[in-house]
Amino acid sequence: MQLIFERSVPGRRGVRVAERDVETSIHLSPALLRETPPDLPELSELDVVRHFTALSRRNFSVDSHFYPLGSCTMKYNPKVAERIAGYPGFAHLHPLLPQLRMGGGLTQGALQVMHEMDLLLREITGMAGFTMQPMAGAHGELTGIMIMAAYHAARKNRKTTVLIPDSAHGTNPASAAIAGYGVKTVPSDASGCMDLGKLREMLDDDVAGLMLTCPNTLGMFNPHVHEICDLIHSVDGVVYYDGANLNAILGKAKPGDLGFDIVHLNLHKSFATPHGGGGPGAGPVGVAERLLEFLPVSVVVKREDGTYALEYDRPNSVGYIAPFYGNFGIVLRAYVYILMLGREGLERVAENAVLNANYILAKLKDVYDVVADVPCMHECVLSAETLAKECGVRALDIAKGLIDRGFHPPTVYFPLIVHEAMMVEPTETESKETIDAFIEAMRELAQLARDNPEALHSAPVTTPVGRLNETKAARDLNIAYTPLCGCG
Amino acid sequence: MPFIANTDDQRREMLAAIGLSMDDLFAAIPEGARCAGLDLPKGLSEQAVRSRLAAIAGKNHIDLTLFLGGGFYDHFIPAAVSALASRGEFYTAYTPYQPEVSQGTLQAIYEYQSMICRLTELEVSNASLYDGGTAIYEAMMMAMNATRRSKVIVDDSVNPIYRVMLESYTRNLNIELVTCANADGHANRDAILAALDDSTAAVIVQNPNFFGCIEDFTDLADAAHRAKALLIVSCYPLSLGILKAPGAMGADIAVGEGQSLGLPMSFGGPYLGFMAAREKLVRKMPGRIVGETEDAAGRRGFVLTLQAREQHIKRDRATSNICSNEALCALRAALYLSLLGKEGLRQTAQLCADKASYAYKRLTAIPGVQPHFHAKWFFNEFVLRLPGDASDVIGRLIEQGFAAGFPLSRYYSGMENCMLVAVTEKRTKQEIGMLAEALEAVLCN
Repeated sequence: MQLIFERSVPGRRGVRVAERDVETSIHLSPALLRETPPDLPELSELDVVRHFTALSRRNFSVDSHFYPLGSCTMKYNPKVAERIAGYPGFAHLHPLLPQLRMGGGLTQGALQVMHEMDLLLREITGMAGFTMQPMAGAHGELTGIMIMAAYHAARKNRKTTVLIPDSAHGTNPASAAIAGYGVKTVPSDASGCMDLGKLREMLDDDVAGLMLTCPNTLGMFNPHVHEICDLIHSVDGVVYYDGANLNAILGKAKPGDLGFDIVHLNLHKSFATPHGGGGPGAGPVGVAERLLEFLPVSVVVKREDGTYALEYDRPNSVGYIAPFYGNFGIVLRAYVYILMLGREGLERVAENAVLNANYILAKLKDVYDVVADVPCMHECVLSAETLAKECGVRALDIAKGLIDRGFHPPTVYFPLIVHEAMMVEPTETESKETIDAFIEAMRELAQLARDNPEALHSAPVTTPVGRLNETKAARDLNIAYTPLCGCG
Repeated sequence: MPFIANTDDQRREMLAAIGLSMDDLFAAIPEGARCAGLDLPKGLSEQAVRSRLAAIAGKNHIDLTLFLGGGFYDHFIPAAVSALASRGEFYTAYTPYQPEVSQGTLQAIYEYQSMICRLTELEVSNASLYDGGTAIYEAMMMAMNATRRSKVIVDDSVNPIYRVMLESYTRNLNIELVTCANADGHANRDAILAALDDSTAAVIVQNPNFFGCIEDFTDLADAAHRAKALLIVSCYPLSLGILKAPGAMGADIAVGEGQSLGLPMSFGGPYLGFMAAREKLVRKMPGRIVGETEDAAGRRGFVLTLQAREQHIKRDRATSNICSNEALCALRAALYLSLLGKEGLRQTAQLCADKASYAYKRLTAIPGVQPHFHAKWFFNEFVLRLPGDASDVIGRLIEQGFAAGFPLSRYYSGMENCMLVAVTEKRTKQEIGMLAEALEAVLCN
């Protein structure tokens, strides 16, 4: 398909700029100006609409396809949340208004949303207070580790290391490292959970804390979670709950009750805000009582007269981690979702998410390898290891075969500790009919792998492009368009 | 139950197929770890939630005429931006891990990267960062990584909101953050050059700076390069319709807040951090990067590339921890820039500058209102010194329906009487005139 630059026609216009009602009265020094306008494409509005409509049709998405990408919780994104986020009262609100004199009074609605969201998330997680500022899950992790560091600094603890299980998302070690900590990896045991014995061996006074995803990326709930928290606390460490997989335990268990000190939630996972092709997300961070003083500035408080205000005077805070209040528009969407589901709805979320994942596991465990033949939580990890050994068909080939059958593939080759991993997370918004069709496709692919492996090596064949040469992309790096003819 | 598909009958069927009860499925959660449900209100219908949220939205005052900027602006957004960004195929997809079924997102990001490179006149761009502040932080980390040095010099005409973020992020790290006080509204050359040495990783400046002043940083780029340090320029992308690009000044990394490119103000987010750099720095860049390649049949396609920099591969040795970025906001920026095009962006930027200069003339004609700096050139924002406390004056103008500007005392000592005024293409000559009259009236009383 053509690039937008290749559609450009010199002299064509897409918009009429606002009327000029003042004269050009300043003539900036040429030294401050660019010599020619930026070389952007020149198109009509219809050209732009056709181009991006055509691009959109080259995507799989939740709205168009089953999208069981493991650990990403690709649930349906309610349309009403988009509608509400576009209400002018929210979309046209300038973030600096609260910093003007009496400005808090100008933004009471937005502050109310943030305060009520704080209360809702406290109840859902059992934590004592939240910040809405982190703008993604990984940003929440960094914020959480900064809070951990502030806690140790306040206690004059000399801590150097954060412990992270080998099944963790890569963001965990990356977040701990950029916050200034060393990282030690705790291995998993045969059941796929963090090895408790190894954890005991690795535990010493240098340990600042542990980051745990629970259920973990294998879809396993660690049965020793209380004991793990106690162990970390015994060296005055902080236990961090990575909420990537909270969907599995909504209304069933609360990280705060389990002994966790810090949690981050992914509103774009558990609370149905759109993934946007890779963001924007939101990663609110909640903390236990003893860590409240370290939360970022500012915090929304409700005053006795029922009005809301921003509190800036927080001397022990980690400081400012976002320019304002985080991705407010995303927090708002998640707030709408929670209000609509309510108490009983959120509990049904976890049940149906876990049911759908176990149904897939039960129906596919005879044709794919599994890590352990026990029920999973919200996602199941299958493996194509046997198929790879016996017929040369790898997880990637199964993934590409699924594409030709109209399904977005699961996450493949993650978690890293499972060979030929395929991590399937159906979510609660998918119906049995859809899941049955997916199961049928997966079984057909396992059979095809044995009957005609070549057919899978050449998949996908129904897409606008076939498998792409990633080596060439990295070697002959082309990450911005430059016209060869010099005419663009 | 909204948004949950399976019926009770289907649930029973599925449990039967598994051979377990619902309780069995949750048996892995130890008894002592269970909670007794959630103490939350009952769920609401769509009708109820919409009327409730409409009432809450109504408590926000959006009827003020905005002359408030500070890095976040009330620009006009063509309807086609939201119409296209609202296509479910875009906004309900995720990070394009499977390129064959994500060519829409991937090509759009490649086009976005190309547009950012053209705006900034730099060679490489990533797929986006969270916002303008975290973009400066990432650029700083990138510069330290590239130079293996640990001192960073920041001029205090860089947005103070971003400077406090830098302080938070560097608190536990071995980084020497040197802040130089601006010189009459411009980057303080004397102070920056005095601090620049062989331990300096980067000099960070902003154009137009927080006060709206514009300048050419070619001299600072040269000085930084002589010291083998990098120059990082934070910029206001819409201004690049007319202003000299960071790349043309010799900057090594350009970053900024992309909100002006078709994103609503939305009370502070979601926004868009952009980053562009010299090609030699590409392997130090944070975040996703999309590259062009081809399939076996030679058809052009796009993939995520140079992933060996990233957290999912490198884990604790990654260039950054970023995973999800602001892809949909980057798409909006690409849509905005495509619709405005070369000439539309230039005209819009020029119109902002012209309306601002008109406002400057009108407002400085009011007795007692003075320009605070001697700086000659500004883009669409400028600092006025009032005869009294600026916070107080702004508060009184709110009662008249104007968000007249931002009081600088919040971040700069000695500027209690100073107000930062922003003017975009949305403000009319009439609105500017009304502001001038209202300000004059407030000052007279």
